[in-house]
Amino acid sequence: MPHPRHILLIGATSAIAEHCARLWVQEGTPRLTLVGRSPERLEALATDLRVRNPQAEIHTQAGEFTDPAGIRATVDRLTAQGPIDLALIAHGSLPDQSLCQQDLQLAHATLEINGLSPALYAEALAGHFARQGYGTLGLIGSVAGDRGRRSNYVYGAAKGLLTRYAQGLQHRFAHSGVRVVLIKPGPTETPMTAGLEGRFAPVEDVARDIVRGMEKGQRVIYTPGKWRLIMCVIRHLPAFVFNRMNI
Amino acid sequence: MRAVASWGRLSAPPHDCIALHERERLIEHITRHTPGLAFGMGRSYGDVCLNSNATLWMTRALDRFLAFDEQKGVLVCEAGCLLRDIQRLSIPRGWMLPVTPGTQWVTVGGAIANDVHGKNHHRQGSFGDHVKRLRLVRTDGELIECGPDQRPDWYAATVGGLGLTGVIVQAEIQLCRVQGPWLDTETLAYTSLEEFFDLSDASEKDWEHTVAWIDCLDRRGHRGLFMRASPADTQEPSPAPRQPLSMPFTPPVSLVNRLSLRPFNMAYYALKKHRAGRAQAHYEPFLYPLDNLAHWNRMYGPQGFYQYQCVIPMVDAREATRRLLEEIARSGEGSFLAVLKTFGDRRSPGMLSFPRHGATLALDFPARGGRPPRLFERLDAIVRETGGRLYPAKDARMPRELFRAGYPRLDELLTYRDPGIQSDMSRRLLEE
Ligand SMILES: Cc1cc2nc3c(=O)[nH]c(=O)nc-3n(C[C@H](O)[C@H](O)[C@H](O)COP(=O)(O)OP(=O)(O)OC[C@H]3O[C@@H](n4cnc5c(N)ncnc54)[C@H](O)[C@@H]3O)c2cc1C
Ligand SMILES: NC(=O)c1ccc[n+]([C@@H]2O[C@H](COP(=O)([O-])OP(=O)(O)OC[C@H]3O[C@@H](n4cnc5c(N)ncnc54)[C@H](OP(=O)(O)O)[C@@H]3O)[C@@H](O)[C@H]2O)c1
Repeated sequence: MPHPRHILLIGATSAIAEHCARLWVQEGTPRLTLVGRSPERLEALATDLRVRNPQAEIHTQAGEFTDPAGIRATVDRLTAQGPIDLALIAHGSLPDQSLCQQDLQLAHATLEINGLSPALYAEALAGHFARQGYGTLGLIGSVAGDRGRRSNYVYGAAKGLLTRYAQGLQHRFAHSGVRVVLIKPGPTETPMTAGLEGRFAPVEDVARDIVRGMEKGQRVIYTPGKWRLIMCVIRHLPAFVFNRMNI
Repeated sequence: MRAVASWGRLSAPPHDCIALHERERLIEHITRHTPGLAFGMGRSYGDVCLNSNATLWMTRALDRFLAFDEQKGVLVCEAGCLLRDIQRLSIPRGWMLPVTPGTQWVTVGGAIANDVHGKNHHRQGSFGDHVKRLRLVRTDGELIECGPDQRPDWYAATVGGLGLTGVIVQAEIQLCRVQGPWLDTETLAYTSLEEFFDLSDASEKDWEHTVAWIDCLDRRGHRGLFMRASPADTQEPSPAPRQPLSMPFTPPVSLVNRLSLRPFNMAYYALKKHRAGRAQAHYEPFLYPLDNLAHWNRMYGPQGFYQYQCVIPMVDAREATRRLLEEIARSGEGSFLAVLKTFGDRRSPGMLSFPRHGATLALDFPARGGRPPRLFERLDAIVRETGGRLYPAKDARMPRELFRAGYPRLDELLTYRDPGIQSDMSRRLLEE
């Protein structure tokens, strides 16, 4: 019997990752490994996925998210369990920008959890994929990483870091079976944005775009798709126009 | 603060929205941010799910399944689970929700708090009849587990309790057996109310679902289409779900108006009559016909719309329905979505449950000039006179005294009320 596909979710309890996982167990019977910081939350998620597909093999593992040695140890434990076909790095946190400006500790934590932490996870997993010779690595960045804005540049800068990191990895793996996918969601209806004003895409739609895009090995997924055009315009606006915009 | 509207889109007041997500933080969120109100999918039409300038506890991300016993058909899930997801999970395994409203885009918590009904009330009662147990979190941090045979008073207060007794966080639901996703359906044209009631009476024994559309602008008689359906024996699986179409924006004026309505109704009647007869249908388009057009409520333009839904006790049902329809036809205000159905004689489980033995009529009216149509007062008079009641899930304007008169167990419910919970409706109908 062929092995079930092994899918790894880092920051699995994020609403976006959770909805991707639902699609994966709905459309097939993969082996899923869920990694997060809280064992209880991971267990709640795993139980849900098992109800959705009793045949799917669901594992959970508490992981370290900031200490580099801890990230290395977490990834080593994961890769020791055999081949990984697909990995999605999804964790992140969006604090209030004005609080970040006053509190460097918070700014530091924001840069760390949205930038350094996923980049280090990507690096550690890239090593594994390189040895394996195939696999798909997805990183969730954000449209916020496309141009710095006063309303969220601390978070945006960290997401921008992921953009460059993913580009570098894509270059590194250009001639191999490893594919690196950078995902840039627009504002999405999840607990992260519950308190914010604005229009949000349904998380189910975003998850569907991610799952489909990763399947195809798309280099950059904007989701919903309209953000590709919007961000292209925003990136190219001259400063004298951009600076008048309240965004 | 975020602007949140209910389905009728009459207003979009600002709310402090708190996502309920992590189980271990539920009590913290619910005790810390008061006065608050649980908000599911906002598929209620009026102000029952709004709490202007205060907290909404958003339950949408509280949507994990906990257990599904495929032998007994018992599902345990969090309160934010969508009925759509429960159907899609359980039907391929031979089980289905016994009761669902005309849209499956509602949460379990919302379905319990309004004790919703479906087209099969005469067979299955209301949603609460199938809730075996629920878990309630109160704003003082107390946790209450209740069901028909465990603290039944709390269960009776919470089913149909309009969210006022606490936040439902989890529920255990008894599903019913089905062969598959298909229904045997029949559509019959009728031309008088007598005919409608006779069809209803005759269908209740043999058909699981019955519902009728009625042309409320027809002055000559009362023509309409009677639809009935029962589970089919076919086991063929569901086709892959399609993405619904969407009303992409809100037109500057209501597309439903005096000009459009008459041709609309005529065309609808003619089309459906032409295709009347027996057929086999998938449960989704039959039970949730409007779910195929996302955001259809935008059709009514920026001012939004009112729904009027009442139930008239059976003894007066034929006569009072005729008078209601006469008032509507006379006003020239019209409704495209005019739905008529009879409720069975099963006693509803909740103190404030809407369904009771009788006939229920539901109509939509565009809001003009920010006011409900004057017609509503004349309809109220008929409801009042016959001892009927209006449905809070659809209401944004009923007078207090009509609410009291329609719901004799209101005072009993109030003894279970959570003092940390308020809604625009509770302020309108209950607060001093
Ligand atoms: C197209 C359409 C057709 C419909 N057809 C029918 C029908 O046939 N029959 C029928 O009965 N209804 C019908 N409805 C109304 C709808 O079923 C109800 O309004 C339902 O309660 C909406 O659920 P929701 O999840 O959107 O809840 P919301 O509208 O968000 O909230 C409804 C109420 O439930 C409370 N609530 C929500 N979650 C919780 C919770 N976790 N704990 C405590 N309280 C909670 C809220 O405070 C509020 O009082 C229809 C609505 C639409 C839009
Ligand atoms: N929602 C949007 O509008 C939007 C837009 C663009 C990009 N994104 C990105 O999409 C990804 C998923 O977001 P979401 O909206 O699904 O968010 P979410 O539901 O709020 O999930 C956030 C995730 O990050 C984890 N996390 C947060 N801080 C952490 C920390 N210090 N250490 C370890 N884990 C931490 C959380 O773990 P716990 O469950 O343990 O808290 C959770 O798994 C994020 O990278 C986000 O930046 C979101």
